[in-house]
Amino acid sequence: MSKPNSYRTLPDPDGHFGNFGGRFVAETLMPLILELEQAYKDAKSDPAFKKEMDYYLKHYVGRANPLYFAERLTDHLGGAKIYFKREDLNHTGAHKINNCIGQILLAKRMGKTRIIAETGAGQHGVATATVCARFGLPCTVYMGAKDIERQSPNVFRMKLLGAEVKPVVSGSRSLKDAMNEALRDWVTNVEDTFYIIGTAAGPHPYPELVRDFQSVIGIEAREQILEAEGRLPDQIIAAVGGGSNAIGLFHPFLDDKEVEVVGVEAAGHGIHTGKHAASLSAGKPGVLHGNRTYLLMDDDGQIKEADSISAGLDYPGIGPEHSWLKDIGRARYEPIGDHEALDAFKICSELEGIIPALECSHSIAQIIKEAPKMGKDKIILMCLSGRGDKDIFTVAEALGVEL
Amino acid sequence: MSEAIIGGQDRIAKRFAKLKEEGRAGLVTFITAGDPDPETSFEILKQLPEAGADIIELGMPFTDPMADGPAIQEASNRALAAGMHMRKTLSLVRGFRDQDHETPIILMGYYNPIYIYGVAEFLEDARNAGVDGLIVVDLPPEEDDELCVPTVKKGLSFIRLTAPTSDDKRLPKLVQNTSGFVYYVSVAGVTGAGSASNDQIIEAMARLRRHTDLPIAVGFGIKSAAQAADVAKQADAAVVGSAIVSKIAESLDENGKATDKTASMVTGLVRELANGVRNARK
Ligand SMILES: Cc1ncc(COP(=O)(O)O)c(C=O)c1O
Repeated sequence: MSKPNSYRTLPDPDGHFGNFGGRFVAETLMPLILELEQAYKDAKSDPAFKKEMDYYLKHYVGRANPLYFAERLTDHLGGAKIYFKREDLNHTGAHKINNCIGQILLAKRMGKTRIIAETGAGQHGVATATVCARFGLPCTVYMGAKDIERQSPNVFRMKLLGAEVKPVVSGSRSLKDAMNEALRDWVTNVEDTFYIIGTAAGPHPYPELVRDFQSVIGIEAREQILEAEGRLPDQIIAAVGGGSNAIGLFHPFLDDKEVEVVGVEAAGHGIHTGKHAASLSAGKPGVLHGNRTYLLMDDDGQIKEADSISAGLDYPGIGPEHSWLKDIGRARYEPIGDHEALDAFKICSELEGIIPALECSHSIAQIIKEAPKMGKDKIILMCLSGRGDKDIFTVAEALGVEL
Repeated sequence: MSEAIIGGQDRIAKRFAKLKEEGRAGLVTFITAGDPDPETSFEILKQLPEAGADIIELGMPFTDPMADGPAIQEASNRALAAGMHMRKTLSLVRGFRDQDHETPIILMGYYNPIYIYGVAEFLEDARNAGVDGLIVVDLPPEEDDELCVPTVKKGLSFIRLTAPTSDDKRLPKLVQNTSGFVYYVSVAGVTGAGSASNDQIIEAMARLRRHTDLPIAVGFGIKSAAQAADVAKQADAAVVGSAIVSKIAESLDENGKATDKTASMVTGLVRELANGVRNARK
């Protein structure tokens, strides 16, 4: 495949990243998606929108968050210098809120009066419930019944924030089914409802707009590493569920050819067991939730259940831009299993005094594998996408500890 | 032309011509292929025309039916649990065609199973099996190159869903490349949810008629013979899905298996619906 001059010009007007992306939705939704596309185009070229966005990111989310040198982890591994982009320090404890601020401001511009969202780990649900409280809009969050069990603190948080949490009992009762249910709500409530999708997936223009709203991660990190080290990192790395924190970090660096780009997928119990969420490593291209992308499925095109200890990575697909970056060779994607992620979770907590979310514990695990093999003059920049407080019950259970 | 190579568009056009001759609307019935199991599903399928179905929509089961309500979701789950897959769906159609050369069969579902089968191979096999047209929920005209255009080239109909959100600006795009008939989804929502009022349907029919001469079938939320009759006064056909697959669900034993009542409960309902539709304009 020939390399493009720039990796930052997509999607094309129809929402394609190479062969991926697109708008595979029911006709009922098409006019809404076209309306959203237009509204986003208008907002992008409106300085007032950017000003408003910047205001809330600074005063409400708490940006810019630090780029932190993980000194003890670096010493422990004895190789490349490791930096964490501290998305865990955002209001609500993860990167998800960056995107929610952007989408709710769009919803307001469009005159929508009701918000829906899907959530896996509950982080996106909490972030959506938060902005809905702040902007005074009613909020319904769809969450798989399985995830409601394992992320109960976040369920309570959403309720405290005034959101209605609707358990989803269909299918595998996790993130993909929550997304189905949110889409069903949307086709039913086309007049007043805005769907805040939580990751860089779904039909065009969602992958693009979520990426743009999350790109604040990479834009800040790029400036911060230049300030700290006087040069760009050798590697940037992030965990991919649907891929929003990762694409947010990656995108501003994509044309820096010297920067290696690494995404980390959840290998659950191990790829060979079939119980995992590694759609890029073990899936193939198909069509689900409005876009063509790598998916976990059987020979008949039926979608398989994903499996990961991390609810936020437990999705059988991936945002279409990642599928393209993989195929074109600009990024590589590595699988990390539950056990490796748990070990990394502990190591980071003990060495850095930072309890990381299980999602980004997967990237820490990949760093634990790679950093020792890299010279001390090398730099790795990782997106610490969220804090791990929400995961303590899951981790305690996995470690056999009773709380 | 021999029977075997009659293109799908012909069978659908002939059926609507016949309905016009009879001065009535048609009844389109939906069942999911393989629900509750492949054998029972085949029995039901074979009995549908005799019970009064003028056109058959056969659902291709999918794990993630995003535009369907609980009744059709469960039908899909039952079929998949009973080992249904695309090749078996096509062989159901082939079996049906061995005995019925006239009732159009439209396959309805989502794109991924077709995409994974391979579009060219799927169209070839579908046509050879005796399929007349396709309705693929998640392929709007923006994605016509994927399947719609190849389908029409193959001589099968690509039937488009239109919705209450399809306005005069959007409709010309929707009726382009389409054939057979136009399916009007009468409420914004998932299958099996609420139904539209008569006035809403009349208004929508007028809007659609400004853009197409194709027959118009109206569906979503039709549960009773009376509702079907109401729709049949306005439209060229009434589509019933969730109510029929709910009958299948009702007929199952405590283990979710088919009983000796399953097929007869379905055909019983179809008879009632057909009565409603056939007498609507009298
Ligand atoms: C902390 C955190 N990181 C990562 C993810 C994965 O999502 P994405 O790949 O969209 O960043 C989630 C999802 O819930 C999350 O909560």
